[in-house]
Amino acid sequence: MISSRQLSYRYANGPALDFADLEVAQGGVLVLGGASGSGKSTWLALAAGLLQASSGDMLVAGQDLKRLDKVDSDAWRAKTIGFLPQKLHLSTALSVYDNLALAQWAVGQKTDDKSIHAALAALGVNDLSERKPTQLSGGQAQRVALARAVLLQPQVILADEPTASLDDDAASAALDLLLGTAARLNATLVIATHDSRIEKHLEAVSRPFSGIKLASSPINTGVRRS
Amino acid sequence: MNIIVLSWRYLWSRPLAASLNLLLLALGLASISFVLLVSQQINRAFERDLAGIDVVVGAKGSPMQLILSGVFHIDAPTGNVPLAAVKELEKNPQVAKVIPISLGDSFRGFRIVGTSLDYIKHYDAQLASGALWARPMQAVLGSQVARQTNLKTGDTFAGSHGLGGGGEAHGQTPYAVVGVLDASGSVLDRLILTSTESVWKVHETDTALDAEDQKILEEERELTLALIQYKTPLAAVTFPRFVNATTEMQAAAPALEITRLLSMIGVGTDLLKALAGILLLTAGLSVFIALWSAVRERRADLALLRMLGAPPRKIAGLLLCEALWLALLACVLGVLAAQGVMAVAAWALQAEKSVVIGAFVWPIELIVVPVVALGVALAASALPAWEAYRVSVFELLQSR
Repeated sequence: MISSRQLSYRYANGPALDFADLEVAQGGVLVLGGASGSGKSTWLALAAGLLQASSGDMLVAGQDLKRLDKVDSDAWRAKTIGFLPQKLHLSTALSVYDNLALAQWAVGQKTDDKSIHAALAALGVNDLSERKPTQLSGGQAQRVALARAVLLQPQVILADEPTASLDDDAASAALDLLLGTAARLNATLVIATHDSRIEKHLEAVSRPFSGIKLASSPINTGVRRS
Repeated sequence: MNIIVLSWRYLWSRPLAASLNLLLLALGLASISFVLLVSQQINRAFERDLAGIDVVVGAKGSPMQLILSGVFHIDAPTGNVPLAAVKELEKNPQVAKVIPISLGDSFRGFRIVGTSLDYIKHYDAQLASGALWARPMQAVLGSQVARQTNLKTGDTFAGSHGLGGGGEAHGQTPYAVVGVLDASGSVLDRLILTSTESVWKVHETDTALDAEDQKILEEERELTLALIQYKTPLAAVTFPRFVNATTEMQAAAPALEITRLLSMIGVGTDLLKALAGILLLTAGLSVFIALWSAVRERRADLALLRMLGAPPRKIAGLLLCEALWLALLACVLGVLAAQGVMAVAAWALQAEKSVVIGAFVWPIELIVVPVVALGVALAASALPAWEAYRVSVFELLQSR
């Protein structure tokens, strides 16, 4: 569950962003649309606890983010949020397997062989576990990055422009993967995108998903509900 | 996955940069190690040869030359002194032991030293084979002499006049090798030892024209110098003054002269240390720059680690660990390189029949090397680690 009310963020020497009130139930899907620079990424960063709102409330998976200090927010984010950045940031120094082990190391967990292979297998890339990220195709790399994002079974998945550099078929596959993974974990999925294909695709497959919201922009002017 | 493995992988994910930095840091540490080893070894070589010799008495001249020629056998002697005058000193109540030293001849660059058996006893040298001399014209070889000349017990050889080799050969009076000493690490290793009488005999038969001449020569017998041990430390105050004032000889205290010599060499080693320090500073700076640029290159990776929930101290620890790997490897390489150069230097000095220094010794002073390496690593990783603390996760994840 995510809900934001009266949320605003002011960049130092930059624009002030006032966001529309948004709400999505646990297990629901929220799509943040709108052009580049409309504040999608900022909203994602606020939801992930990476930025602190200037004013207003952001409630994510039952946690009021105002009440998280900086150190707590690292631990909270690790167990609550699965983040899929637009640039995947797979570490080229490490194998696919170790990239996932890195996520467990980051939160101070022992490397759990079983859950790593399970996460890779769920996305159909377990046989690539010994490869380096440089030896993967774009689609494979995205699957690995998604496997890493959901390794710790987050309640919320945040995806930033997941289809930006993909052709139509690959974009559909990537979306199905995101939706399927979110459904499997009963995770709330937020996709920030300016890709119109996503809206079409979601409308086509929307029936099994409750609570899909399509916002043309998170900024306080155009929230369109389906 | 743990921080040690992870930092190792990150370090070698840029193999060229890592190797170059390793090389630089290792070179800096190698020069520090080398300077340390050399100064320690030279001090020890001097101390070993000086042990138990309180004063050296010989012909007037430079006191340092007297010490260098008489104790370390690396300089020409100042001249000769009458045997009678040295005999007189033996009667002095402050004198415990007098070891006579007569120089003048050599064999293939090794000095033939006419002395007493006390000289061998003084350095605790043991026989490797054969026996000590019982009669004139019998010689005992130092270990290095035996090795390099291939002489062994039972062989004979003729000394040549002068200490450098290439002088006139004393062909009529050959020496018989009766024994070879074990290596003792002291100056004896590179000397040919014989009785004082042998040296007299070689020169007297060589130059005497008739029996009368021979007799005069015998009355005018000389020594080159004498190594003296005191009965009491108090003698150090009065004995040299007594010798210098009342005889035609001079007394030089080795401890004093060597302190003077080492302080002169010390300027050199200080300079070397300063150079090694500059080299190390350069290496440290380059490691710093390398880590710094590695952090900049990997800023997004580090941001992702933050995104994945790693607290800043964990990321700082990772960078520190990477620097420590570099320091550890550089330390091992640097010390090994220094020991290698040292072994070559020891071999070269030995070939030149100069001061004996040991290879592959591990003086406690070498502890400085890992300490310095650690310091460089800490200093070089501190700022990048701090940068990692301040990294703005959101902005970096946005950068594409």
